Amino acid sequence: MTTEFNPKIVAFVCNWCSYAGADKAGGQRLDYAHNVELIRVMCSGRVTPSFVMEAFEKGADGVMVLGCHPGDCHYRTGNYKAKRRFTLFQKMLSQFGVDPRRFKLDWVAAGEGAKFQKVSNEITEEVKKLGPLKLTGFVKERGNDL
Amino acid sequence: MSKPKVTFYWCASCGGCEETVVDLAEGVLDVVAAVDIVLWPVALDFKYKDIEAMADKSIAVSFINGAVRTSEQEHICKLLRQKSQLVVSFGSCAGSGGIPALANLTNKQDIFTTVYLDNPSLDNKEKKVPKELSREGKYDLTLPSFYDTVYKLDDIIEVDYYLPGCPPTPELIAQAVGAILKNQLPPKGTILSPNKALCSSCKLNDSKPEDIAIKEIKRVIDIKLDPSKCYLAQGVVCMGPATRDGCGVSCINGNMPCTGCFGPTDSVKDQGAEMISALGGIIDADSSEQLNKCFARLPDPAGTFYRYGMSASLLGSKNKKE
Repeated sequence: MTTEFNPKIVAFVCNWCSYAGADKAGGQRLDYAHNVELIRVMCSGRVTPSFVMEAFEKGADGVMVLGCHPGDCHYRTGNYKAKRRFTLFQKMLSQFGVDPRRFKLDWVAAGEGAKFQKVSNEITEEVKKLGPLKLTGFVKERGNDL
Repeated sequence: MSKPKVTFYWCASCGGCEETVVDLAEGVLDVVAAVDIVLWPVALDFKYKDIEAMADKSIAVSFINGAVRTSEQEHICKLLRQKSQLVVSFGSCAGSGGIPALANLTNKQDIFTTVYLDNPSLDNKEKKVPKELSREGKYDLTLPSFYDTVYKLDDIIEVDYYLPGCPPTPELIAQAVGAILKNQLPPKGTILSPNKALCSSCKLNDSKPEDIAIKEIKRVIDIKLDPSKCYLAQGVVCMGPATRDGCGVSCINGNMPCTGCFGPTDSVKDQGAEMISALGGIIDADSSEQLNKCFARLPDPAGTFYRYGMSASLLGSKNKKE
């Protein structure tokens, strides 16, 4: 019997918009993929690429960073900084052999429960198709050759 | 009393770390007078079997430079660990992979294909590639096996201290050797270089504007660098914010940006991630179009941000089992 691959998706959500958006999805009883696990941060500008890398390292198959829409950041420019960082980060991911579709940066406002549902389901489906991520040649896992 | 025994060993490295020992100049004579060198393949003719015959822990210190990518290197590192009281990881390659670890963006097969079969300058009609075992008449000839991944030293053995740098400066080496000889060592695992970012010692720090706003990242060949102005403010990737101090700011004093060879400070987990974070704060581009233009002259982010630290990257090598 083969069991369906259930990816682990980590979503960093900002306190002011996207976490509230996820809450809204819950309040509206919108089903979204149970694979998505939320980590609330104060701002998408607080999420450094090392958080995302560490999520991958610890077993996530996909990672999302969700923040306020441009212009709506509680701290004015945090989401712009996130966009600059993660545009560059995503450019680098494929060099490491990680499919860039495993990472997503998007904006979810406090009222957008339906959008939260949509982006969560989309990345889950995408990563399901890609299969599990296995980092090797790697400090802890030691690769195959040792 | 007999003098403390010392070894210098090299793995995957260029020889620059050996050179920097010689750069101690007349200071090297004091070192040689104080210690008894029992293995130094680049300079002196000792045999591995002499080391194998020694009692465990009978060597005071082994200085190992270079990354680990073959079975021979792994074997000697393990041997030296067994025979030594202290192991010092010497230089960027041993510390975090260094330049050889850029090969972690590819794999053994691709490297062998390029080097032995595909290079335009090759004359290899018989398509010969090195084998671990080959027969020559009645003899079996062996070569060490070549790993898919380039490892840093502490992936292979326990390391007591780290001397960072490509290469470590003679000043840092002299300090480290002095501390060992006087037995005034910091806690185990310490990186023997100041734990602060390079920018704090940089002479151009005062020229840094309050807010840097880079519209387009430039390569060093794109502009004539102004030696009196912060290189980041000029749009060139200078790894200073994500790199440890201790080199004497030598590249910047030579009118070139920092490329990050001292690795990150203790509080940073991943040097490349830190540099992307730093850049994110000072780039002045918002739309996807502007951002693509901004990064157009940064064709190899991984090689830029992990030039000396690929083996220490949280994302590891490209050899994923997707």
